[in-house]
Amino acid sequence: MDILYKVFIDPFLQMGTSPDLLVQTLWDGLVAGVLYALIALGFVLIFKASGVFNFAQGIMVVFAALTLVGLHERGVPAFVALALTIVVMLVLAYGVERLMLRPLVNQSDIILFMATFGLTYFLIGVGQLVFGGNPKVMIASELYLPSGAFEFKALGGFVSLQKIDIAAVVIASVMVGVLAVFFQRTRIGRALRAVADSHQAALSVGISLEQIWVIVWFAAGVVALATGIMWGARSEVSFSLQIIALKALPVLILGGLTSIPGAIVGGLIIGIGEKLGEIYWGPLLGGGIETWFAYVIALGFLVFRPQGLFGEKIIERI
Amino acid sequence: MLYREAGQYKTSYAADMAVFPILQDRIGLAVILLIAFVVIPLSGNNFMLNSVLIPFLIFALATIGLNLLTGYTGLLSLGTGGFMGVGAYACLKLTTFFPQVNIIVWILASGFFSAAVGVLFGLPSLRIKGFYLAVATLAAQFFLEWCFIRIPWLYNNSTSGAIEVPLRTLFGIPITGPTATPVTRYLIVLAIVVGMTWVASNLVHGRIGRMWMSVRDMDLAAELIGIRLLPAKLLAFAVSSFYCGVAGAMMVFLWYGGAEAEVFAIDQSFLVLFMVIIGGLGTLIGSFFGAALIYILPIGLRAVPAAFGLPIHPAAAEQLTFVIVGALIVVFLVLEPAGLARLWQIGKQKLRVWPFPY
Amino acid sequence: MRAPSSREAALGEVLLAVEDVSLSFGGVRALTGVSFDIRKGEIRAIIGPNGAGKTSMLNVVNGFYQPDSGRITFKGQVRKSMRPHAAAAGGIARTFQNLALFRGMTTLDNILAGRALKMQRGFFWQILRYGPAMREEVEHRRRVEEIIDFLEIAAIRKIPVGRLPYGLQKRVELGRALAMEPDLLLLDEPMAGMNLEEKEDMSRFVIDVNQQYGTTIALIEHDMGVVMDLSDRVVVLDYGRKIADATPDEVKRDKNVIRAYLGEPHGVSV
Repeated sequence: MDILYKVFIDPFLQMGTSPDLLVQTLWDGLVAGVLYALIALGFVLIFKASGVFNFAQGIMVVFAALTLVGLHERGVPAFVALALTIVVMLVLAYGVERLMLRPLVNQSDIILFMATFGLTYFLIGVGQLVFGGNPKVMIASELYLPSGAFEFKALGGFVSLQKIDIAAVVIASVMVGVLAVFFQRTRIGRALRAVADSHQAALSVGISLEQIWVIVWFAAGVVALATGIMWGARSEVSFSLQIIALKALPVLILGGLTSIPGAIVGGLIIGIGEKLGEIYWGPLLGGGIETWFAYVIALGFLVFRPQGLFGEKIIERI
Repeated sequence: MLYREAGQYKTSYAADMAVFPILQDRIGLAVILLIAFVVIPLSGNNFMLNSVLIPFLIFALATIGLNLLTGYTGLLSLGTGGFMGVGAYACLKLTTFFPQVNIIVWILASGFFSAAVGVLFGLPSLRIKGFYLAVATLAAQFFLEWCFIRIPWLYNNSTSGAIEVPLRTLFGIPITGPTATPVTRYLIVLAIVVGMTWVASNLVHGRIGRMWMSVRDMDLAAELIGIRLLPAKLLAFAVSSFYCGVAGAMMVFLWYGGAEAEVFAIDQSFLVLFMVIIGGLGTLIGSFFGAALIYILPIGLRAVPAAFGLPIHPAAAEQLTFVIVGALIVVFLVLEPAGLARLWQIGKQKLRVWPFPY
Repeated sequence: MRAPSSREAALGEVLLAVEDVSLSFGGVRALTGVSFDIRKGEIRAIIGPNGAGKTSMLNVVNGFYQPDSGRITFKGQVRKSMRPHAAAAGGIARTFQNLALFRGMTTLDNILAGRALKMQRGFFWQILRYGPAMREEVEHRRRVEEIIDFLEIAAIRKIPVGRLPYGLQKRVELGRALAMEPDLLLLDEPMAGMNLEEKEDMSRFVIDVNQQYGTTIALIEHDMGVVMDLSDRVVVLDYGRKIADATPDEVKRDKNVIRAYLGEPHGVSV
């Protein structure tokens, strides 16, 4: 009985008695969720257009952030460094398409997945060699990102909203909005959707797969850069960040691998759910459950909807 | 000329279905076993034993385990590290409760605990497939990692949070703990790995291997020849986790001599997956090749600058290793996606007709 | 051609009875109130234009789809909803239009896989691959080799099926179905994509399977010549409904069938 009380009653009581903590938790979860969604977005972009599950998305986040900070360290002005980093991500996209995707074009999914593993190790090594392995500070102020927090008394206590978090949510929303418009309205966006549907059909109407893949990996690279800047500004730029990418997997499960709105909704659900779980149920289990709680949430969903919330139903034709 | 099968006729189905039907293969195998069991222990290079051969064998076993699940049955799993850990911790608890029972028995028995955990986390495979199943195994991996750290009872409440391996003996010779010699440990690991490889070979050549491969190749078709999918998949999880569990127990008890939970983190899962894929999905010999390449290559790379007298900072050498291994993986996959085992097969084909071109 | 009367006498009681079966996917009605039966030992053809629901009908018999309504009686027992592996255990085997072979395995292993239900030696013996397990492997290998000889594919038995030409792959798939020693064999367009010679070979195999092993056969086929020569009775489907159910000669002359499927003759006799 005691356990039932602890699991099913007490956490909700706590939520009720300190609503300021609840709001804070919800906000923190929202911010985390937005950032997870950004990473998931990178995965979805690449998967939709090339069918590749890009394990290297996480390291691309770190790599992009490192390049930016590293260039600035060497004396390049902030916004020039930003532009240069974007160029680097474009070069990376070309390189990946030419050296990895094209030679492996007909191989099975697991082979391509493995190749992105190789890419991950490669980028880790290059990143460490060129920029050093020590954690770095993101050049947030040089990029005119706000710092400090809005604190206000509300609901009987304190709620603190970091300004950088607000900026992150805003920037992420703008980015998603731009991408959504891009996909729906532009010629290239249409081509991307065509490629996502069927490589062969797209080829037969004259769409160049190689070009599309470069564009999509570049877009994912830019998303990775934005994510890297945001995450880096909130904590620091280090190689441990790439583990965060693994957090995007439950998001992808929930949202389906091919859905952009799914990545966002999934991100928010996972972010908020995880934070709520950690604050209100975590102490029951001794804490630290955020390493696996998100997966359990996702697993629960999967059992009922194996294709995720927004994913395409897998129909097997005989 | 050396490798011709001419003159080797099979006069019974049993002979045709032997695992090594070609005489030269059998001779080769005998030679390798002879070197492994006799020559190497006699030549006694402790560094080779401790840092190369023992871990190679242990990883090869884990790779076979994962290969059975992912290569033969087609179920991608990222929980290998966790399952290895279950074996290690189970072994520790078993030998703590029953220290008088021989440790080798417990090393093998710990596999059953891993198998049980594997079956539990394999249950979602009833409904979930492919990539999504892999993520379910990730849930297992992260949950198990958390358990290893947060449940002190598992590591006997030691203050360091790590497994401390007690001294255990066999016929009076120490085989675990600080006094066990590399040769002793090597021979035990070798015996276990050879035995379990033989078992795995028997399984994959018989009806169970065919059942698993049917599930892998087209599970709908497997159903229509009468295979029940869930039991087949759960069996794969069970056997695979058993192998990983034993490998994990050996890793702690017969190699490291002690371990912290980090040893069984997600990195281990990825490492073994690399070995499976580079070695060749769905082949047993590939498991050995993959383990050799992925484990020994970085050691070799690190040793190269020193051998040439080049002054490279050790950290830089480590990073360079990452770069090279990463690039090699991609290059390798481009050149031969079916892995080292396929290269080996092609090599044997060419050897069959050598010195003629065809 | 067989003498009709002796063949009629050879056919047994009803093996499979489909009663008023309906099936729809989302808004599409694949089958509407279809009823027919198959007698033991006969060769029953199911024909009709593309999209008529023929494959769906086989999928229902096989257990891949559960009908929305209607019932199926097999070997005298009414069947509730059934998974394919249960259908297999009950004695139903199947081949597919688009081939459902295990591409990672050789011909021999594919056909051996068909013996899965018959191989029962437990796990412990499998681990040792000795004694009972080995004897069982050899015995089933012998049976499979008989099938391989029957289908004349001995030369390709160690080749991975992915490398075989299409016609041979279809034969291997038939072999795997035969390995199950089924009571009812469902063939979905077994002659599709074959040239004349291959069709003659396959027709010969189908007849031999029916006469030597007594297997009841239901086949979907578009080649009317094959249908006329092989089958005892024909069911004609169109847009998910049955529009004819009779002997080949009668069906050939049926006005509904001609309008829906066969087409008006233009001086060429069917």
